[in-house]
Amino acid sequence: MSDEILVMQGITKRFAGVTALHDVSLSVRRGEIHAICGENGAGKSTLMKVLSGVHPHGTYEGEIVFDGEPCAFHGVRDSERRGIVIIHQELALCGQLSVAENLFLGNERARRGFIDWNRTNHEAQALLDRVGLRENPTTPVNDLGVGKQQLVEIAKALSKEVSLLILDEPTAALNDDDSQHLLDLLDGLRDEGITSVIISHKLNEVTRIADTVTVLRDGKTIETLPAQGLSEERIIAGMVGRDLEHRFPPRTPDIGDEVLRIEDWTVHSPAQPDRVLVDRATLTLRRGEIVGLAGLMGAGRTELAMSVFGRSYGVGISGRVVKDGQEIDTRTVQAAIRNGLAYVSEDRKRYGLNLIEGVQRNVSAAALDKLSKNGWVNENEEFSVAERFRRSMGIRTPAVSTQVGTLSGGNQQKVVLAKWMFTDPDVLILDEPTRGIDVGAKYEIYSIINDLAAQGRAVLVISSELPELLGLCDRIYALSEGRITGEVDRAEATQERLMQYMTRGQNS
Amino acid sequence: MTTKTATTAATAPTAPQSRISINLRQSGIYVAFALIVVLFAFLTDGALLQPQNISNIIVQNSYVLILAIGMILVIIGGHIDLSVGSTVALTGAICAVLTVHWGLPWPVAVLLTLLAGALIGAAQGYWIAYFGIPAFIVTLAGMLVFRALTLTTLGNQGIGPFPDEIRSLSNGFTGGYLGNVALGPLGGADLVSLLAGLLFVAGFALSQWRKRAARLGYGQSVDAMPLFVLKIVGVGVVVMAVVVQLARFRNLPWVLVLLAALALGYSLMANNSVFGRHIYSIGGNLQAATLSGVKVKAVTFWVFVNMGALAALAGVIFAGRLNQAGPTAGTAFELDAIAAAFIGGAAVQGGVGKVVGAITGGLIMGVINNGMSLIGAPSERVMLVKGLVLLAAVAYDVWTKRRA
Repeated sequence: MSDEILVMQGITKRFAGVTALHDVSLSVRRGEIHAICGENGAGKSTLMKVLSGVHPHGTYEGEIVFDGEPCAFHGVRDSERRGIVIIHQELALCGQLSVAENLFLGNERARRGFIDWNRTNHEAQALLDRVGLRENPTTPVNDLGVGKQQLVEIAKALSKEVSLLILDEPTAALNDDDSQHLLDLLDGLRDEGITSVIISHKLNEVTRIADTVTVLRDGKTIETLPAQGLSEERIIAGMVGRDLEHRFPPRTPDIGDEVLRIEDWTVHSPAQPDRVLVDRATLTLRRGEIVGLAGLMGAGRTELAMSVFGRSYGVGISGRVVKDGQEIDTRTVQAAIRNGLAYVSEDRKRYGLNLIEGVQRNVSAAALDKLSKNGWVNENEEFSVAERFRRSMGIRTPAVSTQVGTLSGGNQQKVVLAKWMFTDPDVLILDEPTRGIDVGAKYEIYSIINDLAAQGRAVLVISSELPELLGLCDRIYALSEGRITGEVDRAEATQERLMQYMTRGQNS
Repeated sequence: MTTKTATTAATAPTAPQSRISINLRQSGIYVAFALIVVLFAFLTDGALLQPQNISNIIVQNSYVLILAIGMILVIIGGHIDLSVGSTVALTGAICAVLTVHWGLPWPVAVLLTLLAGALIGAAQGYWIAYFGIPAFIVTLAGMLVFRALTLTTLGNQGIGPFPDEIRSLSNGFTGGYLGNVALGPLGGADLVSLLAGLLFVAGFALSQWRKRAARLGYGQSVDAMPLFVLKIVGVGVVVMAVVVQLARFRNLPWVLVLLAALALGYSLMANNSVFGRHIYSIGGNLQAATLSGVKVKAVTFWVFVNMGALAALAGVIFAGRLNQAGPTAGTAFELDAIAAAFIGGAAVQGGVGKVVGAITGGLIMGVINNGMSLIGAPSERVMLVKGLVLLAAVAYDVWTKRRA
């Protein structure tokens, strides 16, 4: 048997005149963890879709050899029969069904058409043990966190006797603990002889876990490198095609007086009203300042932001919001906007954009009043506003009437930012502003954030990526279990120090 | 076809061409309508387009078209209203009691009826918007409750006859105020109707021209001049053809005047008013609209109030047409209105749709009804065809979306 479990050669895939993959080659050695890196749109996901049969044989050029045999998959079922299982970024689990039911969905343990529940739950338990998930197989999947759901997906793959496991951004939605567990699990599976291909934006994880790294750019294979001793900068250089010495645009802060103060802010969980999510948090923002809010998943960052912005989350909210020395009303979204606040959600598709409308109508959505007289919208003014933002922010779209859903993640994020800039806020809260955005577009988003601060606005950036906060912010608050546990100036901030604050519990 | 995106002036040479292809996709419904009209005109040896028959199609479908206007807004907002048929019956009964039993003057009675309709809408809107019960459930309950109230109000028998003014709103025609003019081989035609038609076309052309000029002033892309002229001439020819036929018969039906005003007003409202925009944004993405400061609950509430008021208007017209408010009035009207909205291009998940589209959808069903009865098709076959047309329309919509 050959050393290579998978060889893809000369893969070219075109979509309606656009070449998504151009003569791409990939070879994966048996029993290794192979990482694929590249910016959004580099062709990573397309390549995996070709491999797994989502794009069936005949719609692409080139050949795939798996386990020494050429393959012509016509659908996902074909590839799964050969032991290739792909786990997509958006998990494909039925929340209402139990863990065991999900594990054997479409592959039920049945006798004459009736489910054999004993066998189902018994085998499910064995699979859960294998992935180190201590949960009852009869628990509904909805009751598990995202991290555990990810493990259920992997267990499901194992139930199909997988020999090549493909994971698309497996840790994108996970906190550090869960990511850690997942990576350990992949390590363990490697020892059992399972080959994994992982697509990831988190380069620190890639360098930690992968044996080999293949870099794609613009639909082409750029290089394949052994991961040992490989630095993140080296991978980034391959991804962007230039040395990205400066991941953050330069900026000289010009910080003015205090503009916003959140005092003794307390929020309770809507599901369990006696549980405190944010505990007497106090923070201040000054004009022209970029302030970071660091915290692990579940620390209460988004809960804090959304509850301040029109009480959009949580119950039993107390505390004061003071702007320019005066307490302001933020009880409704309308009031918060009127008082100069803006909140850019971490999930732009769900909370930020109307994907079926064009750029123009999305940009105007939060400030239609500015474009209307007596309740009637001036569409021509609206158009020029959208055009202005398209040009000033470099939103890459064929026209401002183009549906936002067809734009790339980075450009969608710019549309959301444009929407809030048009409300002319004094304070912007940006929740994970670069999530799911490729390296090049991140730089542009950072420049926009810098511009906002240079205009004298205060910006609060919530981010899970500590290097991002360190590179961007003048001052960083750390949040742990709903409490502000530390505040660090740019000069003194290090990842280690922030991590200490972020993990500081109630009893320490 | 990868073209470089025009950066500054939008007068790039490729712009007109791309606009045509987009328009073809959006205007599939109008093309389909034209084809259906041609088909039935052919099958009925031209009887479909006879003056009296055109008048009939408009009068017979007016109430469904009015309901469709309200329904498209409800559907754009991401909801549905199953109660409009029962609301038509109940408001018809209320109008009958007010005029026949209480002897109120007709304008007062109509106004009170519209108010009652708005209240019915408000009652349902409250549960939907502020209490968070799905519209499907609330209006299903409303369908039963308002039918029951109709029976109670009527005491299980019809009430009539209605005052002449209400009847002529449903059935009547504008008077021949300026007499007739001769149109050569077509014979005599009402001058007022012709003038109204010309005025309408001129107004349309002028407003389109001004809109185009304003868009050009802002450097936006516009239809190329030949296409622009073609569009206006096309609309003008169709409108005038209908008007001439009507003028040859018995002038313009009052209900057509009313419909034209409603269509115009509601189109403007949906496209250009803040309220209309908010309906689209709620249907497009509820959470994003909420976080953008849209008063989601209030907008939803008023959409249902509006639906109730329009259902009451349809109720008055329907009762006036039959000259009696009956216990079974409006049965299954909700389904016709919903079908009209979906044939007219609304999306099931909300956020998409046009008032003119819904009216066209309603007219498509009206022409199928009328044309098939003219060729003597049995009613079960009419139902079959209407069902298949609905399915085909939505399938086409899904198909074009998937291709995009």
